[in-house]
Amino acid sequence: MNVLVFLIPVALFLGGAGLVLFFWAMRDGQFEDLDGAANRILIDDEEDAQLARTEEEESLR
Amino acid sequence: MNVRMNLAADEPIQLTDSRFTVPGMRCAGCIAKIERGLQKVDGVDAVRVNFSAKRVAVRHDRSLDADALVHAIGKLGFEGQAAETNPLGQDDVESRMLLRSLAVAGFGMMNIMLLSVSVWSGAGGVTRELFHWLSALIALPVVAYAGRPFFSSAAMALRHRRTNMDVPISIGVLLATGLSVYETATGGQHAYFDSAVMLLFFLLAGRALDATMRNKTRAGIGALLSRMGKSARILAEDGSTTTVAAADLQPDMLMLVAAGEALAADGVIEDGRSSIDNSMLTGESTPQSVGHKDLVFAGAINLSNPIRVRVTAASSDTAIAEIARLMDEAGQSRSHYVRIADRASRLYAPAVHTLALMAFLGWMIAGVGLHQSLVIAIAVLIITCPCAMGLAVPAAQVVASGALAKRGLLVKDGSALERLAEVDTALFDKTGTLTMGEPVPQIDRLSSEQKSVALALAQASRHPLSKGLATALEGGGIRSAAVGLLSEAGGEGIKGDWSGIPVALERTATAGEGLSTTLRIGESLVAIPFLDPERPDVAETLSVLQALGVESRIISGDRQAPVGALARALNIKGDSEMRPENKLALLESLKAQGHRPLMVGDGINDGPALAAAHASIAPGSASDVSQQAADAVFLGRTLITVALAVAVARRTMRIVRQNFGFAIGYNVLAVPLALAGLATPLIAAIAMSLSSLVVVGNSLRLARVGNAP
Repeated sequence: MNVLVFLIPVALFLGGAGLVLFFWAMRDGQFEDLDGAANRILIDDEEDAQLARTEEEESLR
Repeated sequence: MNVRMNLAADEPIQLTDSRFTVPGMRCAGCIAKIERGLQKVDGVDAVRVNFSAKRVAVRHDRSLDADALVHAIGKLGFEGQAAETNPLGQDDVESRMLLRSLAVAGFGMMNIMLLSVSVWSGAGGVTRELFHWLSALIALPVVAYAGRPFFSSAAMALRHRRTNMDVPISIGVLLATGLSVYETATGGQHAYFDSAVMLLFFLLAGRALDATMRNKTRAGIGALLSRMGKSARILAEDGSTTTVAAADLQPDMLMLVAAGEALAADGVIEDGRSSIDNSMLTGESTPQSVGHKDLVFAGAINLSNPIRVRVTAASSDTAIAEIARLMDEAGQSRSHYVRIADRASRLYAPAVHTLALMAFLGWMIAGVGLHQSLVIAIAVLIITCPCAMGLAVPAAQVVASGALAKRGLLVKDGSALERLAEVDTALFDKTGTLTMGEPVPQIDRLSSEQKSVALALAQASRHPLSKGLATALEGGGIRSAAVGLLSEAGGEGIKGDWSGIPVALERTATAGEGLSTTLRIGESLVAIPFLDPERPDVAETLSVLQALGVESRIISGDRQAPVGALARALNIKGDSEMRPENKLALLESLKAQGHRPLMVGDGINDGPALAAAHASIAPGSASDVSQQAADAVFLGRTLITVALAVAVARRTMRIVRQNFGFAIGYNVLAVPLALAGLATPLIAAIAMSLSSLVVVGNSLRLARVGNAP
């Protein structure tokens, strides 16, 4: 039974860490723009925005 | 990644944040275009697009004002509006709090369950006591934090001497927690922390789902008055001009309105001829030509020539402010609508309270003692706590709204679905709702040479018809011809020079039926008619609505002739030349006759009607105001989604009623067990999860709507 002395704090700590992480993510705005994040992956990093735009529009069709 | 900072600033400059709503963003290309384009504007430090909210946050130099940025966004090809500075709406705050509470309740539930399972499986003595203390240590802060939404709502209801779903929940949770603390302190056998926290978790899940659904489709803030001109240049008697804010304008002032500016007040034209875009007020996109002594309204956009306008009504007296007020008042009546969950709880809550009280009194009389009686009463409260009921409505509604979203209909909240299910009359606006709302030029008869000249001219013009023409021609893969010496005259058209031949796009001389423009190349003239085509499936939609028992009719602000023709073609009733007040009056009379009208419209002139109707839907091309006033917005070219919305809403309500039936059936089975004192916390917990799962499972059947026709 002595193992509980470690296990319970460990369980609480892990759960608490998850909770803190979730709160941080919310405060940090990770859930602000869910659709945007999905779209941003399609944006090319090229300087020529014009070229990039037409390519993306085609790839989206 | 996509945000680049200008690090080269030598001295600290005063930076400020502005937000703009840009409803036209649709793809990744738009994000890149806006972020990169605005980044190039002088004085802009950082740009971040929020795609979900269709919003752009710009960090910029103080010297750069909002109008300049809106202009820059316009040059990138998007329509932008300055949004209110506070980016967090009330709803957003609420859903964040619910999510936090849900996370905390989830954390508490898992840990307490861990401890409870070992107690159930036979841990005794010191271990049990330790586990109970640990549970209490976790549960007390969790209940205090995660229970707030329920406690505050219950307190509010009690303060108004009413009762709602949250009252039995709060009493159940508080009593269970209180008794568990007592049990723990006295070393008792059972503690109910797990039940209390699990209850909170399930109920919060339902609430959070509901709030998420609301927020998803609600973007853009307070658009109506932002459309109105914010300031005007005033010509004083001595000939000097000053800029006066819209709120400070007074009747009898003389405004100078340049081409492209929005009017800040209602007035009469003193000097100049121009054409104005009055679509704000009338919903009709055709530019109107105005001259001396004509009345013009705030919010109209002056398209071609500078005009001088004598103010007749300013700030809160303008026609558009009047519409805003009408909408506000109309919306109030709808807020009296009682959600189905609250209607159920009106019957449910008193019944449960009485039952628990009777159980307590009954066992007291039977002589089992205060403690045992209290335990049984709490068991009754917890078991009947509307866990499945709390989920019954939001689960079905969230699944249904997700399925509808896939089909291009965005429903704002659950109450909208409930009201949509009840409609029996559908009122359609004409322009922009039954029709596409954008005049389409008929370019089939033009030769390719004429097309390329027309494109060159149309591209150079600011006139809305020209813009439509340019879009149609560009879509056809036409390259513009080399036309020079372009000049545009308001009300006349645009002319230029095409390798020595004078060419022009001008007003058609004969004012026949409908819109048209004339293309002149040298001496040859060709008319390009513009038609506003009906949506392709209007007839089909109306017949589906008919099959659902919904009667349709047209109420339009347009002239008698086109409205009558369309109404005859569709074989429904049609009212024409309806002003916003008339539409509102018609709706009120329908409501007084006991009908539940559904309003489908797009213009700002439909705003009050949209807000007053029992339920309302606006097309995605509608003005922001209409989209905000409406319960749902449909995207794309087809109208059938309107009929689909009504059908799905009705199916959703069927599922909701089934869910209620199930939740009540479960209570009928479980309550006798609890009353008899046989319900242990283990049984209560299992029964509760099981009933919730069944309700969610039943609701998921609605997801198939997304695939079925």
